[in-house]
Amino acid sequence: MSLSTDDVRHVARLARLALTDDEVEALGGQLSNILAYAEKVGEVAAEDVPPTSHPYPLRNVYRTDEARASLPPEDAISTAPQAEDGRFHVPRIVGEEA
Amino acid sequence: MGELLVTKTAAGLRNLLDAGDVSAVEVAQAHLDHIEATDDQLKAFLVVMRESALTKAREVDARIADGAGAGLLAGIPVALKDIFTTRAVPTTCGSKILEGYRPPYDATVTSRLDAADAVLLGKTNMDEFAMGSSGENSAYQLTTNPWDLERVPGGSSSGSGAAVAGFQTPLAVGTDTGGSVRQPAAFSGVVGAKPTYGRVSRYGMIAFASSLDQASPFARTVTDAAWMLEAIAGHDPMDSTSIPEPFPNLREGLEAGVGGMRIGVVREFFESEGLEPGVRDRTQEAIQRLSKLGAQIVEVSLPHAVYGVSAYYLIAPSECSSNLSRFDGVRYGLRVDADSAEEMMAATREAGFGAEVKRRIMIGTYALSAGYYDAYYAQAQRVRTLILRDFAAAFEQCDALISPTAPTTAFRFGDKSDDPLAMYLNDIFTIPASLAGTPAMSLPAGLDEKGLPVGVQVMGPVLGEQVMFRVARALEAEIAFDPTPRGPNALELG
Repeated sequence: MSLSTDDVRHVARLARLALTDDEVEALGGQLSNILAYAEKVGEVAAEDVPPTSHPYPLRNVYRTDEARASLPPEDAISTAPQAEDGRFHVPRIVGEEA
Repeated sequence: MGELLVTKTAAGLRNLLDAGDVSAVEVAQAHLDHIEATDDQLKAFLVVMRESALTKAREVDARIADGAGAGLLAGIPVALKDIFTTRAVPTTCGSKILEGYRPPYDATVTSRLDAADAVLLGKTNMDEFAMGSSGENSAYQLTTNPWDLERVPGGSSSGSGAAVAGFQTPLAVGTDTGGSVRQPAAFSGVVGAKPTYGRVSRYGMIAFASSLDQASPFARTVTDAAWMLEAIAGHDPMDSTSIPEPFPNLREGLEAGVGGMRIGVVREFFESEGLEPGVRDRTQEAIQRLSKLGAQIVEVSLPHAVYGVSAYYLIAPSECSSNLSRFDGVRYGLRVDADSAEEMMAATREAGFGAEVKRRIMIGTYALSAGYYDAYYAQAQRVRTLILRDFAAAFEQCDALISPTAPTTAFRFGDKSDDPLAMYLNDIFTIPASLAGTPAMSLPAGLDEKGLPVGVQVMGPVLGEQVMFRVARALEAEIAFDPTPRGPNALELG
């Protein structure tokens, strides 16, 4: 597996990382090397082997349906880089209408 | 008195506090003074909580004076890796993206230690978002190894390991995802103990790889590590992966010895190319000691362990790429302004994350992207099943496993930082138990020919912390390791 500069830029866009040109170049080689090593997982474990994510079998973990206190809104918003009227403030997401 | 107090174990301090020979304030003061005297060299702490530590110590003293029962950790100093949220106290996770962040809530680990009346001294340095094996990925400072200030302390829990090894605190909590407590414990001559995945709540522990992350204690003795683990472990309804079973009393049977037990030696780990002779020799001596103590030594095989690093470097980056999407300049931490939300997020993340974090986000994003999920993440989770089965088969033949913790002793700063893959391979012996979710701990086995500590790893079956600690305690008593850092470049303890 070898990643082109375009591949790296595409992944960076998906990951919301405004990488510099130097970073794009360095990462192309590094990711190719790391993925080549990681691809060894394909040598074993046929599709009939189930995947594991937890050593202790747990399923459908629910809490009881009881109202309880949660983090007060003013605490939740206290850490925001920019807030307004008790809301998180962000730049425009939807383009301006024509 | 101050200098003597910092050399005490938590158990030793407990005796002094209970007998009224020393106050919690004196204990806290001695450790705070020692941090002040040594942290210019060690750089283990990102935040020292002098005032709140002394306030807590005074409360504990009042409670002891009132005759109110004091718990095991009452008045005992602890330090927390800066990955655990602490209400109103800066929590950075070693990253610039969280510089200045003061969380509005405490992690479960934080609140349990407080409820146990432990005295929190401060927050310790770490590789950014716990990604690293040397501590060199911290965005703030380079923690040094107390045994040789020119060498790395190991990572990612670099500050917690170095603080315990440098006598700045008898106890500290780290997190172990692929070896991030066991490997720094090995590098700095202390004990680091990862329990079964799900034993300690992840609530308020900033997520790196959610299916692997596990809070784990550092201490200078096996007994102290057991005390701390008991204080933080147990079911927590705030973490849906938390195991809904009571945590065992590790102190019971701790001294029962290994007579009649069967200890498995993992064959493949001794065939590893990068294993240093000093590490191999100390581990083999440890195996001989267990045999001398009456354990039966059996050879076992973990045939799929060789695929562990490959699986890990798909699973951990995949989960991190998802977890770290929350750092987007909206709810907390850094924001770099831009005209659109997407540009703001991309600029914020570019400026706030370091090179290793970006590298792992990129690997993970790629591995999870359309068309690759099955070949990478799903396949890695299948390999995980094979490794789990290997462990289950091994534990049919024996009660516990023993191996080296890391293939090398502490390396010099910069030695591996240019080669990510070489750095990743330092976790080759710790990753299998992380993927299997089984408990594993490192304890000091002696020094190599360079005078650097060697760690030996004891591994137990799922939920088998008691047997693991019993083996570790027997081995510790036989090895009788002196944890005082020494050597030409060692930290001056004053």
